[in-house]
This record gives sequence, C-alpha cells and structure tokens, in this order.
Amino acid sequence: MAKTFRDGAIVAKRNLIKIKRVPELLVFTTLSPIMFILLFAYVFGSAINVPGVGYREFLIPGIFAQTVIFGATITGAGLAEDMQKGIIERFRSLPMSRSAVLVGRTGSDVLNNIIVIVVMSLTGLVVGWRIHTSVLEAVAGFLLLLLFAYAVSWIMAWVGLLVPSPEVVQQASFIVIFPLTFVANTFVPTNGFPGPLRAIANWNPVSSVTQAARDLFGNTSPLLPSPDDWSLQHPVVYTLIWIGILLAIFIPLAGRQYRRAASR
Amino acid sequence: MSDVIRAVGLVKTYGEIHALDGLDLAVPEGTVTALLGPNGAGKTTAVRILATVLDADDGFAEVAGIDVRKDPNAVRSRIGLSGQFAAVDEYLTGYENLDMVGQLYGLRRRPSRDRARELLDTFGLADAADRPVKTYSGGMRRRLDLAGALVAHPPVLFLDEPTTGLDPRSRTDLWEVINELVKAGSTLLLTTQYLEEADRLADDIVVIDHGKAIAQGTADQLKGRVGGERVEIVVAADADLAAARTLLQELAGGEVVVDEHTRRLTAPVSGGAGVLMEALRRLDALGIAVIDIALRRPTLEDVFLTLTGHSTDEDGALPGTGARTER
Repeated sequence: MAKTFRDGAIVAKRNLIKIKRVPELLVFTTLSPIMFILLFAYVFGSAINVPGVGYREFLIPGIFAQTVIFGATITGAGLAEDMQKGIIERFRSLPMSRSAVLVGRTGSDVLNNIIVIVVMSLTGLVVGWRIHTSVLEAVAGFLLLLLFAYAVSWIMAWVGLLVPSPEVVQQASFIVIFPLTFVANTFVPTNGFPGPLRAIANWNPVSSVTQAARDLFGNTSPLLPSPDDWSLQHPVVYTLIWIGILLAIFIPLAGRQYRRAASR
Repeated sequence: MSDVIRAVGLVKTYGEIHALDGLDLAVPEGTVTALLGPNGAGKTTAVRILATVLDADDGFAEVAGIDVRKDPNAVRSRIGLSGQFAAVDEYLTGYENLDMVGQLYGLRRRPSRDRARELLDTFGLADAADRPVKTYSGGMRRRLDLAGALVAHPPVLFLDEPTTGLDPRSRTDLWEVINELVKAGSTLLLTTQYLEEADRLADDIVVIDHGKAIAQGTADQLKGRVGGERVEIVVAADADLAAARTLLQELAGGEVVVDEHTRRLTAPVSGGAGVLMEALRRLDALGIAVIDIALRRPTLEDVFLTLTGHSTDEDGALPGTGARTER
C-alpha cells in the first residue's frame, strides 16, 4: 500500500511536470470554464430569472460541477496517450506497484481540478458570485466537488484504456458529459422541465452535487426551494453514495483494463 | 555456466495468428544472444514475455532463475528493457526521465539522481540532460531509452531492435555502447533484423521465423550454412536464362536461384573472385550477353532464403508483435 502511494506520487509528479512544460494545456482548461461563466452569466443570464437569488449566484456552482467533470477527461486522454506512446510499456517492465500508474494519474488530476476551481472561483467573484456561509461549509463544498470529480476520473481512466487514442476520449466524453451536465439543475432550475426529464434531472448526481454546492456556499433562496425528491433534499448524502458506487465499480474495472490493455 | 534466460515451448496467439509457436531459448550467463528474424517473426513478442510485459498463452520462461509468470516483480527488479519504440517521456528532460525510472526501481532519492547524471554522461547526453526529450533526435532518444534500461544495474538486459530506424552513424555509436555493456558482464538478449548487427554484437544467433527457432549458431556458422559468397548475374535475354543456369550450376556450391522476372541468377559459391572470372569466361564463350555481374557476401536475405525457403519480406507484420502501433 505504501509502495502504491510512493510509486503513484512519482507518476503523479511526472504528469504535473507535463503541465509545467505545456502550459497551453492549463491555459485552455481554465479558459473554457471562464468562457462558460461569462457566456452564461451575460447571455443566458439576461433571459433567465431565478427567483430569490441572482442568476450568477445560481449559475456558478453549476458551472463548478460541469467543469470538474470535464476536467476528468484529462485522466482518460492522458492514459490513452501514455498507452499510445509506449511509456506504459516501460512502467510494466519496472518493479513498481501495479496500480501506481492509475493512482498517480487520478491523483495528479485532482491537482489540476484544484487549479481550475481556483480560477473559476476568482472569475465567479468578479461577476458577482459570493459565498454566504462559513469557511468550513465552503471548504466542504469544494471538497465534495473534488471528490465527485475524482470518482468521475476513474470512469474516464477506464474509458481511456478502452479506446485507441486520446482524441477518441475527448469526443466520446463530450457526447456523454454534455447531456449529463445539461439535463440537471446546473444552468436552470428543473421545475420547468417536462415530467420524465425532470425526474431524470432531479436524480442525476450532477444535480445533487450542484445542489450540495449551492447549499454549502449559500447560493440558495427560500423563494426557490429544492425539489421534493430525496436526492435533492439530501444532496450531500446522495452525492456521497454516488461517489462510493462509482469508485467501487470503476477502480477495479480500470485496474483490470490496465492489465489487459498493457499486455496486448 | 548456467542459463540466465530460459524459455521452453513459448506460445502466444493473436486470434488466428501464431506470434510464437513453441519457441525454445537459452542464454548462458554473461553472453549475448541475438534473435534474428524478419518483421512479424515473433521477436518482440518473445522479448515482451521474457520481460514480464506480456503473458504467454503456453510454455515456460525463466529469467535469473525466477519464473516470469509466478513472480514477475522479482524478475522486473533484475532486468532492464529497452524497446523498439523509445519509451521515454517526451515532456520530461532526459535527467527527469532517468530519475523517475530510478525511483520506480526503488532507488532512494540521492542514489537515483547520481545514477541519472552518471548515465547521461556515459551516453553523451550530459549537454542535453536538462532539455525536454521532445527536442532530442531519434538517436538521442534511443540512447536515453537504453540508459533507462541500465539505471538499476540489472544483470539481465533485453534490447528490442535497438538500432532500427537509426542512421548509420548513430547505429555504430550505439553498437559501441552495447559492446561496453557486454564487456562489463551483462547477459543480453537482443532482437534485430540485421545480420550485421547480430554479427557485431552477439556470441550466439537464434534465427526465428513464424514464432519458432529455425537455426542457431555463431554468425560464421550461419553464413557457412548458406554457402559463403554469392555470384549474381543478370542476363540480357530471356532465351539465355536456361543456358546461364546450367553453366552457373557447374560452378555453384548449391542450388542456383533464378528470378525470371528480373532475369537474375544467384549462385552460392566458395571460390571468390576466381569463380567470378570463370563464370564470365564461360558466359563469354557461349556468347551470353550480361547486363550485370557481381560477387557479394551472404546477407540476411540469403540466410532466410536458404533456411526458410521464403524471403524476409514475403510475410507481413503480425499484430501485437509491433506492440502499441497495433492497439
């Protein structure tokens, strides 16, 4: 176990050096959420009315959720690239922990997400988003977002090892993540959705993590009560359950796929 | 001397294709063995199995006395692998690459750093040590990849086509480095498509084709089996082919091969220039016009033709044997 973490840290450090060497990567991963915040805040925000709380207050936690989920695609793309370039072959011939590559990859992507969240928070503050709760609650909100992103990273790790190239990861995840983050309470309240879509949206874990973040940052209003669904009445618990399920399924799945893909 | 690398009846199948079809192999301690064969012969597959990167479907393999299937990690700490596609991280510097590998071998921080610098010096990469590998030439990447295999002073080395795709100068440089290693006592298994490379580096050559060892011996023994030199003649007219063949057969030490399409006749001979002169005289006496005539040493192509009855480029690459490109 200690060896897994030690080797994982070595691999993570290597991934982070890449961010340093190719700063364009970080620039674009942070520019796109900034763009999203500005587009939604000023384009959609001008037409969307959220009762009791300004649209920008409502919007920012939703964009947090969407962005950290998109951030997880880096995990998949990074692994697919490593497979393609043959560095995994070298790792496989070294007496290192078997899971270190995956632990290191998902670990370094947490750091990537932290950077992105910091940039988004600053952008949010500029456009008028505020945290109205205690420091402790705010920290809990950020931690929950990061933990959720970490769980999604493991899905992406599995996908990245399944497909032949990093480009496929990007495109495949786009098709899944877009509906997943839009059929949710991320950008607009779900009250107006048609019935079945509303049910899906309210039980979508993206909605619960967003709702949890809004609760923990205080971006809510009595005029806009959470839907009655249990998932949104207990968003933190419901999100934690999802995180547990995703990790329990995808850590072993990604591990198995790593062994398979690398030994072809 | 005991065998440090031992394989018995290795089998690896990709769908319908038998990449390895019962390969046996034995490399005594402190010697160099070359696996010689065309693309798709199963060389890379064999090395990947021995280096614990790939599991065999059947058969037994042992490295440094350890079963590769039962205790792969113990094998890994005793081997160094350098692949056909330089497996280095192009975003890291050369130094960072080697330091990472050192730490993953379990070296402590200081020894790992010192070893990285030492290897960069040895491989003539000291000036480029702190530049990202992206800026390296192909030859530099190969050297770095090879250095990566040496970080932990492994007693057993696997080099998979170490010089494929390199320019002649880099190839000669790399050969010198490998020769040094061997002098220092490493046991080495290398794969190559070039007889010359096997000739320069190996004590023993195993020729493999279609996943099986089909011949084994020193370079001289193998060349001896294909009959020393070759006389090659291209005649001007199709009508003369039969006559030229009969004439050559009298001088040849083996079967004369005729390529009717190019009107080329190839005959294994053992008399050197004298035979060439004699062939010319006889051709002249019969009034056969010759476009080209040459005496040459046997090539891998000839070894193959003789041993397998087919030339090296007749069969395409097998999936998997070329590693990642076929994923």
